[in-house]
Amino acid sequence: MNRPTRRSVLKTGAFFACCGMSHIRFAQSQSAHSAVLPVTEIAGGVFAFAGLPEMMNAENEGEICNVGFVVGTDAVAVIDSGGSVAEGRALIAAIRAVTDRPVRYLINTHMHPDHIFGNAAFSDAETVVVGHRNLPRALASRGDYYLQSYRDSMGGALMADIRIVPPTKLITDEEQLDLGGRHLALKAWKTAHTDNDLTVFDQQSGTFFTGDLCFVDHLPTMDGSLRGWIDQLGDLKAFKANLAVPGHGPVPSKWPEALDREERYFEVLARDIRKAIADGVPMAEAVKTAAQSERGSWRLFDEYNERNATAAFAELEWE
Amino acid sequence: MIVSVNRRNRVMAVVFSTLIATAVPLAADAQGTSVAESTVWNSLKGDVFGQKVIGPANGLVTIAAPKRAEDAALVPVDLRFKTDAATGRIKAVTLIVDENPSPVAAVFKFGKDAGVTHLATRLRVNAYSYVRAIAETEDGKLHMTETFVKASGGCSAPALKNQDEAMASLGKMKLRVFASNAPGTEPMTRATEMQLMIRHPNNSGLQMDQLTRYYIPAHFIQGLTVSQGDRLIMSMEGGISISEDPNFRFEFDAKPGEDVKVEAADTEGKKFQDEWPLQSSSL
Repeated sequence: MNRPTRRSVLKTGAFFACCGMSHIRFAQSQSAHSAVLPVTEIAGGVFAFAGLPEMMNAENEGEICNVGFVVGTDAVAVIDSGGSVAEGRALIAAIRAVTDRPVRYLINTHMHPDHIFGNAAFSDAETVVVGHRNLPRALASRGDYYLQSYRDSMGGALMADIRIVPPTKLITDEEQLDLGGRHLALKAWKTAHTDNDLTVFDQQSGTFFTGDLCFVDHLPTMDGSLRGWIDQLGDLKAFKANLAVPGHGPVPSKWPEALDREERYFEVLARDIRKAIADGVPMAEAVKTAAQSERGSWRLFDEYNERNATAAFAELEWE
Repeated sequence: MIVSVNRRNRVMAVVFSTLIATAVPLAADAQGTSVAESTVWNSLKGDVFGQKVIGPANGLVTIAAPKRAEDAALVPVDLRFKTDAATGRIKAVTLIVDENPSPVAAVFKFGKDAGVTHLATRLRVNAYSYVRAIAETEDGKLHMTETFVKASGGCSAPALKNQDEAMASLGKMKLRVFASNAPGTEPMTRATEMQLMIRHPNNSGLQMDQLTRYYIPAHFIQGLTVSQGDRLIMSMEGGISISEDPNFRFEFDAKPGEDVKVEAADTEGKKFQDEWPLQSSSL
């Protein structure tokens, strides 16, 4: 686990050779195999790991989103379990390296596999899985598809352990979790990135775990409502946080400046799509040109922009 | 978030496209025989069309869809139809997604003098799959064309994005009429392009609730008719492969001054209908 196997090095080498990838990513993918997730203490008792700006695959073991944990006097709360059980276990190892207090809560910020595929690593009876009230429904309608569709890119070995573990403690509006001398404020948002977005705010340090309501560097992905997301940016900005852990991007990030780039992207995307709809341009054509002016500003733009534009088109044509 | 095409998939994709590249010309040479090279299709065609011979489309019907489905829940599919003097007009078109749990996405039937030349809709595509259109002409013959779509997989699950919203506005309809850009055409005689949108979750019923292990009940639009005056433009028998908020953009020979009427029914027995005046000025 600590080092890539010879086979994986060969595979990775061949992969980069054929795509002309930089050796920097190769170095990053090596770190993905550590048995202890390399977390950083960004505030007293607040730890986070910065995921790689990549797609989930066997080489990075699904470690593409930011995950973290907060240590209280009595217990620990984990924010997202990562993109594989291997990552979930490495996160537990990172927790055990700093505290022996029990993991009382595993908070899932939303339904996407990079955030929940590690849930099965936290099957300990004392860990309660916490999520947005819509999360069980979202996982019910997507779980089987996720398990099947990630098999090709993640490989059978990683997928073998992964199970869809829905939350049992559901957040409807706002609620606090007590870790002993430390409270986390959870907030369930209206449909934005997904219809089950949940944020976590550590009051003691002022650290804001935004889940995928905030993307930095990595192009935001649209699986909920563009209008809903734009509408709630004001409430997100109003959160008085000292620092943020976005769902994807630098750990920590400045708050609320971390929202600026996604706000601009949403405006450009909405403007381009609205114009196409007004002009009667069919969906298939409109999505090829929408928001292309933003291409240089983001990682993974080509992987996600057309999909975002497709979802935006289907939503905005009802205006 | 979404899975990228890793190296292994790329190799597979190359193998696939090589297969396709060789399969299509071969099939095109063999007139009157099945066009497709798909094991799923070979076992499926008997269930849908019995023993009837399915010939190549030879341009009577053409299909276009993105090679890579960016959003597996919303894959735009574009069909164009040509009337051939030998075969007669196209009476019906069956749209099939081979690898979907319920492969027959929809059967469209066209009114006798509707003159439908173009039909675009959006599909859910569960996996790498052929999407095919089989047209039936007035002489009773079947003509097939197909295209291969790679669903990008991963988090673009073919499921609802905003489920509460989908249920709240159930059955709402919208009709848009597009101005024709064709120069020199007479406003009263040319085909009119319209887009019909219906708010409906079009739930598949194949999704299992992980807590209860029960399947979420299917709830989708199963019947739809579009008419103008008392003339049928087209009807559709739908399945679960039609995307959430079913959407149909089509061109037909409109008669100015007559209302366009839409009736739809879903699997829960709910009926939806709406009517729009079609003025000469909007043509």
